[in-house]
Amino acid sequence: MQSEWQFIVLFVVIAPLLAVAPILINWLLGPKKPNPIKQQTYECGVETVGDAWVQFKVQYYIYALVFVIFDIEAVFLFPIAAAYGQLGLFAIGATAVFIVLLADGLLYAWGRGVLEWI
Amino acid sequence: MSFNIGEFISSIFDLTAGDYLASVWGTEPWVSVVLDILGILIVATIPLLSVFFVGLIERKVLARMQDRIGPNRVGGKYGLLQMFADVVKMLTKELLVPAGADKVAYFLAPILSLATSALLFAVVPFAPGVIGTNLGVGVFYVLSISSVSVVALLLAGWGSNNKYALLGAFRAVAQLVSYEVPMILSLLVPIILASSMSTMEIVEAQAIPFVIFAPISALIFFVSSLAETGRSPFDLLEAESEIVAGFHTEYSGMVFGLFMAAEYMGIMFMCFLFSTTYLGGYRFFGLEEIVVGNGFQLGRLLGLFITIFKGALVFFVFMWLRATLPRLRIDQLLNFNWKFMVPLMLMILLTVALLDRLILDYIPQVGDAGRAGIHLVSNIIIGLAGIEVLRRSARRQRQRHNTTSTVLAVAENEGAPIFVAAEVEPAYGHDDHGHDAHAPVPAH
Repeated sequence: MQSEWQFIVLFVVIAPLLAVAPILINWLLGPKKPNPIKQQTYECGVETVGDAWVQFKVQYYIYALVFVIFDIEAVFLFPIAAAYGQLGLFAIGATAVFIVLLADGLLYAWGRGVLEWI
Repeated sequence: MSFNIGEFISSIFDLTAGDYLASVWGTEPWVSVVLDILGILIVATIPLLSVFFVGLIERKVLARMQDRIGPNRVGGKYGLLQMFADVVKMLTKELLVPAGADKVAYFLAPILSLATSALLFAVVPFAPGVIGTNLGVGVFYVLSISSVSVVALLLAGWGSNNKYALLGAFRAVAQLVSYEVPMILSLLVPIILASSMSTMEIVEAQAIPFVIFAPISALIFFVSSLAETGRSPFDLLEAESEIVAGFHTEYSGMVFGLFMAAEYMGIMFMCFLFSTTYLGGYRFFGLEEIVVGNGFQLGRLLGLFITIFKGALVFFVFMWLRATLPRLRIDQLLNFNWKFMVPLMLMILLTVALLDRLILDYIPQVGDAGRAGIHLVSNIIIGLAGIEVLRRSARRQRQRHNTTSTVLAVAENEGAPIFVAAEVEPAYGHDDHGHDAHAPVPAH
């Protein structure tokens, strides 16, 4: 058990290095002559107005909220699914009720018009 | 036991080099660390290097499908070294940071993106006993790592100080986050059938591939994996004709190259995950268990080729779809997910969970084939019902459009599904000449 996670821990340390190395090579090899025109924000040639950190459509946020609820609930299904072989019919029935509740949550969000793109 | 070069080489062909080295070096703690690091280098760098070939193959196949030749100059007739040339070019570009960018976020994003794509490969079972690490919670690990890549995309869009990049990042988050739900639910089906979360055990449980048990669930997994990797027809997050290149608009040189590599690695991983969870991974009619001579495990080697072959097959379908389908609109995309795929997948999950328990408890004598058959029938019934619901809703939508005449033209054919019937103007993923807008060097 411990040795399995040792691999992951080492991997988490090594994986970013895989990405840092090419950037470093690029920094070493590439020219370094920045100028204001070169560094302009690229928006199809037109000079950019204001910065990009503006208000955005709330719908993205609402979809993300629906996702958070769904995701947290779906996570509970994983241990149940992994232990499926040892579960009796009653436990599966209880899980089925849970899944129905999950679907009910989706229907509620649907009915409230959360899933409409306005 | 001492080191023997001949035995070492044969252990490489057995794909048991790690076990052999462990038996030579003993059981001290440093041995496991060194072996793990060697394993990590193999598991991470081979996908990273195969991006060179996968990228080339994609450009060639895509070119053929669009009736052109594709890369054919660098490295002989077939353009074999095209991607190497691209990488050399990207490495010698200037590292530009746009004015007003958040430097930390700007550089953290590609690093995070590539690192998560590499980390995913830790749990791909390549051949019998050949896996980075056989985690007991393999599939769960995959899901948790792949959700981090969403953060990388948001960082990239937010850090670039570019409106197109930010738009692309929002689209990416909305899309990736939404399609994660059907993906999670469709991954639960193989977990239930194998009653384990370990990718290795899921493969071992597939005497009959799970795609035969639950074809509709496999299809939903495939569609959501297309969306999760941002591939056409779900390539809204980098829609060239609308938002330049999406979240990586401001990236150039190798920093952009990292995003591209991460994207290809993500695609390769999704292909492997699909073949692991639904197509039986390295198993192919017992071919993976062949042992020839005095203990030479040919089957392991064959298993490796079977895995790669199945992955390549799935990848071919990815390319095929990219060459065929136009892009969706964001509301169609999200509606299709939340109002069709998620409810359908919940239904399938419910049925599979209840049905499998009933089969195992009451009619265990039907065996594996009977179990597969019962699941297949129930799955197809649910799938047909889903398609019928889709047709009716499409018909309703068409009628509504016709009466209010808000749309100029509506797809007339009877069975047109909801998600193509609503919008008039399809947006294509490629420009007039069929170039990738973000391919670093023009193909000809």
